[in-house]
Amino acid sequence: MEIVTRPHVENFIDWAADRPHVLTLSADLTNSCEVGRWRDTYPERFISGGMAEQNLLSVAAGLAREGFVPFIHTFAVFLYRRPYDQLAMSIAYPNLPVRLVGFLPGIVTPGGVTHQAIEDVAILRATPNMTILETGDATDVETVLDVTEQVDGPVYIRMLRGRVPRLFPADEPMQLGVSRELSSGDDVTILTSGIATEEAMRATQALADRGVGVTHVHVSTLKPFGDPVIEAAIARAKTAVITLENHTIVGGLGSATAEYVADRGLGTKVVRLGLRDTYAHGASTPYLLEEYELDASALVRAVERELGQDLHITEEELAEHDVVPAGDNVNAENL
Amino acid sequence: MTNTSPAGTSTADRAPDAIAHAIRLRVFEHVLRNDGGYLSQALSAAEIFAALYGRVLHLGPVVGPTTPRPFPGVPSATNPDFESGGRFNGAPAPDRDRFIFSPAHYALVLYATLIEVGRLDPDALDRFDEDGSTLEMIGAEHSPGVETTTGSLAQAYSQAAGIAMGRRMKGETGRTWVMMSDGEFQEGQTWEALSFASFHGLDGLRAVVDANGQQCDGDMRTVGSIEPLAARIEAFGCEAREVDGHDLDALTAAMTEPGDRPVLVIARTDPTRGVPLYRERAPLLHTLRFTDEADKARYQQAFEQLREAR
Repeated sequence: MEIVTRPHVENFIDWAADRPHVLTLSADLTNSCEVGRWRDTYPERFISGGMAEQNLLSVAAGLAREGFVPFIHTFAVFLYRRPYDQLAMSIAYPNLPVRLVGFLPGIVTPGGVTHQAIEDVAILRATPNMTILETGDATDVETVLDVTEQVDGPVYIRMLRGRVPRLFPADEPMQLGVSRELSSGDDVTILTSGIATEEAMRATQALADRGVGVTHVHVSTLKPFGDPVIEAAIARAKTAVITLENHTIVGGLGSATAEYVADRGLGTKVVRLGLRDTYAHGASTPYLLEEYELDASALVRAVERELGQDLHITEEELAEHDVVPAGDNVNAENL
Repeated sequence: MTNTSPAGTSTADRAPDAIAHAIRLRVFEHVLRNDGGYLSQALSAAEIFAALYGRVLHLGPVVGPTTPRPFPGVPSATNPDFESGGRFNGAPAPDRDRFIFSPAHYALVLYATLIEVGRLDPDALDRFDEDGSTLEMIGAEHSPGVETTTGSLAQAYSQAAGIAMGRRMKGETGRTWVMMSDGEFQEGQTWEALSFASFHGLDGLRAVVDANGQQCDGDMRTVGSIEPLAARIEAFGCEAREVDGHDLDALTAAMTEPGDRPVLVIARTDPTRGVPLYRERAPLLHTLRFTDEADKARYQQAFEQLREAR
C-alpha cells in the first residue's frame, strides 16, 4: 500500500491553475494546512486574514457574492466552533459557494481538545444548505476539489494532510453522493468514513479469513446522506449495521445511519462506534484510537458481539493486515 | 407598479432634509399604528439615510417592480424563486456603489427611506411585520433594500470588506458602503474587521455609524462603553470622521471627501430627535411600548406636532 506525502500541496496548485476565481483564505495556519506553496504560486489570489476567523468567514461570504470561490484553509475547530454564527448567517443561509477546508478532523492531532474537531459533522449536519465531505485517503484528497464544483452552495471538507495512505485506486475519484463498497457479504454491514476506513480495512480482512461475510462501505458524502450504495449495504445486513467514525457518536455517521434506518422503518440494528460522548486529549493517533476504541480491534469486538461468537482474532493478526507498512502510519505531525 | 425610481441618477430628486423629515414621520406613523416598535432608530438615523439615498450613494434604478413580492422562501439550491432585496438598490455595476445594511432592526427606517426616494411603493408598509411579507420587522436579504443577512450584528462590515476586496480584484471603481449602529462596536468581530480592512488597504470600503449612544439595555455608557470611538478606530488603522449626525451638509461632506484609508463616519445623533416627549423614556429607548391608551394619545399628539413642524 502506497503512502503519499502531502497530496493536497501540488494537487491544489494544479487544480487552481485554470480557475482564476478560486481564492485561498488563511488564518495564520498556511503551512500547517499545506497551502504555503499555493500562496507563493498565486500570491494575488491568497488572502491572509490573520487569527480572526469570525471576520474571515464573513469576508469569504462577501468574496463569494462577487463571483469568487474562496477556499478557507484552517484547522476544522476554527471553522465551526469559534465562528459558527458567521458560518451559519454569512455563508450557509445565503447558500454561498464558500469551501471550508477543515484540517485535523477528530483525533488525528496530538494538539489535544482545543485542536480536535470531534463534533463538527454533528453541528454542520444540523446546518441547512451545508454539504459535508470527508476524505479517507490520498485519492479522496486529490479528487474532493472536483466534487465541490458539483455543489451549488457551501461545502465543508474534513481534510487529511501530511502522510496519507492511498486506499483507493488513483483513477477512481471521489464522487458526490456515491459511497465506495470495499467488501461484500451478508453477515454484517460496516459503514466508515475518514481515517476510520483504514482501521476497518484491517479488521475486514481478518474477518474475511474467518468466513464472516462483511459488506464494508466507505462514506465520503456525509450530507446529503443515504446514497444507493449505502441503501444496498444496509438492506443486506443479516445481523447489524456497525458504523465507525473519527467523531462523537452523537450526530455524525452513526446518527445519520440510525436516522436513515428509522425513517424507513427498516428495523435493522445500528451499532455506533466512535467517541462515546466525550472529549479526548493530546496523544498520538494510534494511542487515541486504541484508548477510545476506534481501532480495528474495537471493530472486531463489535462484530463478535453482534454475531454472538468469539472469532479469536489477535492483535498480531490485525497488525499483519496493516494497509500501510508497519511503523509508517504513525502520524507524528507537528502543528 | 412599474419602476418609478430615479432611473440612472445618482441621487433622489427630493431635498435631503425633506426626505429626513418624511422618514421620521412615516416611521412614527407606523409605530403608532402597530402599537409600538422601533422609533428611536428613525429619529437618530433619518439624516443618515437621507444623506445616503439623497446625496451620497450612486445606485442604479430598481430592478423590477417597486412593489415588494411576498416572501419567496429562503435561499437554497432548490429554491429558484428566491429574490434578493438588493434589487431595490439597483443592479450591481462596476462604477456604482453598493449599500450593505448592517443593523437589521433599523429595517423600518430603510423601508421608509426607499419609499421617500421612490424606490418602494408608498403603500408597501401596509404589509410591514405581517405574516408572509418580506417587509419584516428585522429584515433579511429578501427584504427591500437588504442585500446581505445581518440581523446578528457585526457581520455586515466583514461581508462588505469581502465585497470591497472582490470588487477591487475585478478592477471596479464604485464604493462599498455600510450603514452601522454604534452598539456593533461592542462585538469583537467589528475590530477584527477594522484590522482586516486597514491591513488590506480597502479604501473603497466606507461606513457611516449611527452613534446614538443607546442600546437595548439603555445608555451605552452604562452598558458597555465604546468610547473614545474615533480614537479606537484610528488606532486600528482606519480613518474616523466625527460629525453632527443631524447636519446633512456635514454628513455629506464627511462621507464624500477623499481618503486613502477605510473611512468610518461617526454620526453623533440624538435618539429622540424631533420627538422631545420621548426623552421621558430614557434610558430605555430601544423600542417604544405604550403603557395605556392615554400614553398612546400623548405620542399621537407628539406625532401631530412633528408633522406640523415643517
